[in-house]
Amino acid sequence: MSKDNQVLEELTSKEYEHGWTTDIETDSAPKGLNEDIIRFISAKKNEPAWLLEWRMKAYQQWTKMKEPTWANVKFPEINYQDVIYYSAPKQKVTPKNLEDVDPELIKTFEKLGISLTEQKRLTGIAVDAVIDSVSVATTFKETLGELGIIFCSFSEAVQKHPDLVKKYMGSVVPVNDNYFSALNSAVFTDGSFCYIPKGVRCPMELSTYFRINAANTGQFERTLIVADEGSYVSYLEGCTAPQRDENQLHAAVVEIYAMKDATVKYSTVQNWYPGNKEGKGGIYNFVTKRGLCYGDSSKISWTQVETGSAITWKYPSCILRGDNSMGEFYSVAVTNNYQQADTGTKMIHIGKNTKSRIVSKGISAGHSQNSYRGQVHIMKRAEGARNFSQCDSLLMGDQCGAHTFPYIDVENNTARIEHEATTSKIGEDQIFYCLQRGIDEESAVALIVNGYAKEVLNQLPMEFAVEAQKLLALTLEGSVG
Amino acid sequence: MSVTVTDNNTTSELAALLDKQRVATASDAALRKDATDAFRAVGLPAAKAEEYRFTPVTRILEKQFTLSQPTPAGQVSRVKDFTIAGLEADTLVFINGVFSPADSSIQDTTALTILPLQEALATHTALVLKHLGQYADTAADAFTAWNTAAWTNGLFVHVPDNKVVERPIILYHLHDASEGQVITATRNLIVVGKNAEVTILEKYDSTGASPSFSNQVTEAVVAENAGLNLYSIQHDAGQRYQVGTIRIQQANYSRVNTFTFTLNGKLVRNNLQLVLDGEGIESHMYGLYLLTGDTLADNHTVVDHRKPNSFSNELYKGVMDGTSRGVFNGKIYVRPQAQKTNAFQANRNILLSPTAIVNTKPQLEIWADDVKCSHGCTSGQLDEEAVFYLRSRGIDKLSAQAMMLYAFTGEVLTNVKNPVVKEYLDNLISQRLHKNF
Repeated sequence: MSKDNQVLEELTSKEYEHGWTTDIETDSAPKGLNEDIIRFISAKKNEPAWLLEWRMKAYQQWTKMKEPTWANVKFPEINYQDVIYYSAPKQKVTPKNLEDVDPELIKTFEKLGISLTEQKRLTGIAVDAVIDSVSVATTFKETLGELGIIFCSFSEAVQKHPDLVKKYMGSVVPVNDNYFSALNSAVFTDGSFCYIPKGVRCPMELSTYFRINAANTGQFERTLIVADEGSYVSYLEGCTAPQRDENQLHAAVVEIYAMKDATVKYSTVQNWYPGNKEGKGGIYNFVTKRGLCYGDSSKISWTQVETGSAITWKYPSCILRGDNSMGEFYSVAVTNNYQQADTGTKMIHIGKNTKSRIVSKGISAGHSQNSYRGQVHIMKRAEGARNFSQCDSLLMGDQCGAHTFPYIDVENNTARIEHEATTSKIGEDQIFYCLQRGIDEESAVALIVNGYAKEVLNQLPMEFAVEAQKLLALTLEGSVG
Repeated sequence: MSVTVTDNNTTSELAALLDKQRVATASDAALRKDATDAFRAVGLPAAKAEEYRFTPVTRILEKQFTLSQPTPAGQVSRVKDFTIAGLEADTLVFINGVFSPADSSIQDTTALTILPLQEALATHTALVLKHLGQYADTAADAFTAWNTAAWTNGLFVHVPDNKVVERPIILYHLHDASEGQVITATRNLIVVGKNAEVTILEKYDSTGASPSFSNQVTEAVVAENAGLNLYSIQHDAGQRYQVGTIRIQQANYSRVNTFTFTLNGKLVRNNLQLVLDGEGIESHMYGLYLLTGDTLADNHTVVDHRKPNSFSNELYKGVMDGTSRGVFNGKIYVRPQAQKTNAFQANRNILLSPTAIVNTKPQLEIWADDVKCSHGCTSGQLDEEAVFYLRSRGIDKLSAQAMMLYAFTGEVLTNVKNPVVKEYLDNLISQRLHKNF
């Protein structure tokens, strides 16, 4: 046991890799949240009047709402007046192309392994890079533009494609959906916008990279993906933040709108700063993600690898409205030290012959608490609906917890629902089997954890899968309690 | 998990009533007073309270009942119609919550104590007060608090150490609502000594057209290496609403089997809570609900593993027809010390009609790492291919369905150990399947 604990100690005590800060001059709003701040943000972004009005409405609703308390997480009360709602790196001129972008910013992203210079990139991924409250660069815009694909920052979309934004913003996640989506709707600063026209298969992975840099700021971004009839897109999202002692708030909204026969694949590798070993600092990640399979035979697939954040509160969901539409949710959530995660999905079956599949793998170590919370709801009209859910938890160490809260509501007798969940630790017999074949303990654990998470990792695009595997190894290897 | 406090008038009205009814000189008056205060603090569950999400008990109490109206005495002349024929047992009959000595027969009184709880409170005061109200949590649930404050009578069983009781003890709860609404609160206390064993069966039936509501609580303490088999057969007709809580406290190496059969009733809410406060414990929970019409059956079970090396297994199966609704919530807690726990749970449902609904929420909460826990739940309809296979062999559709449903329920029934009870249930179920489905 003591040897195991030592291995566990060594491997789980690895430092957070992206904890550095960049010294960039920022332009930020004063702390606090009121109507003036919202006007300030709106003015900064030179937004049309309807959007300001939308924000104001959202703010009004937010002030009437209460922070949700049902999640299985504990944290001190957040003072929403102590957050900076807008912070942007100062740039002398508005960059027209990459040469104009502050080299310090380019360096920041290079250090994170995200190259903003297109020539240098080997992998065919178009990136929208967001630092604090604004998007600094979007790559491969022209290549995509030739196909009619719109991929740009949210602010740019508001200026250039107001009709599309106006039509779809808030159509999947209504302003008053929950406390954090209302907050986001009032103060969102940037994000990505993506529109795939009819019948177009997006030739490269689209990606947004979020970085929180400035202290005391909150990040409130909004992503909107609209996939028109018969289109396909694969979207990636990555995020990191510097190591700070205070908690920072991240409340994002992601909306996906899939029309007839469209397919959207959304992958996230979430690696926000999780706080130090004593649980100090770290990001509060309160995110609302939802996809609407509006058209028949549309498909939305969520894949997430959650390794960071002090607290995660996130339920990427699918509303299966179209007949024969399909929703998928693949998740690996890893918590260590004092991290808390309450994550899962909602599958709302409305259309006929809709299908959903949930595969959730939780891994908890240290003093962390890891919860799966999900709902499968088969509505009266959803003839022949089908769901399969599997949520497994792996416990490493005797100080952590694993919890599952699945809600299954069936209102149609032709639906077939299966749900299964298991909780266990890595078996001593499994380790022993590896040992007797000459695999040392550390590699054996890595092998087993990787195998455990494989079903989910397989869903990730290749570049992300590699990153995710590394992250898993970094957080957990060798943790036999 | 916390029950939301309602600021409705029903809670305060009922609390005032409880205060008024309390007999200050009763030996458990203090307990009843504390329970009333707890009831007032918790309050009847609000419309969206998590624990009563689909079970609108508060609304029903408000709409269907006048709380201050006294319950009539009840006249059930045909008690025999409801009893299980051919079963050798000690029998206690409660009509509208009142013990009926004329219909009851207790033979075995030398080796163990079987008494109505009121009588036991007078004759075995110290023993009863040592256990009464010590396990069922009045602070967590309004109905438990209400019962603790207002119970009228019930069963008291004390099985001394090393006594294995062969004859089962049966409680018939009859509700006669032919002369107006009925509200009852019965309370059972079961104390099983070391190495002892006992089987207790409760059966619920009702007559009369007026609505009746019962709120029953059973507390059981099972000592080291002892065994308890607890059956509950809920077979109520008409406007029958009930909320029942069973709380079982288990010590080292004890064995508990519980069976809950819900066959009828308007609304049935069962809270089953097992506290595994010892090592080497084995617990089995079986449930079967066959629902037709607009019956709502809600089973909330909790298994709380507090010490290492215990085993729990849960199997609940349901068939829903008409506009009925089956609700299941199974919680498994594994506390930090409870290493080497094995806990399993399964909930399987068949929906027969397009208007039947199932809401299930299996829930695992685990704080210990060296455990094996799993749950599974399914919902679906009868396999069409299997039905076709039977029909192609000349079996009509309804018989084919009944045959398959019978097999489906068999998995629960097969665990019933008493042959007479098993046969009785078997008949009841197959009659139901052939008639109603």
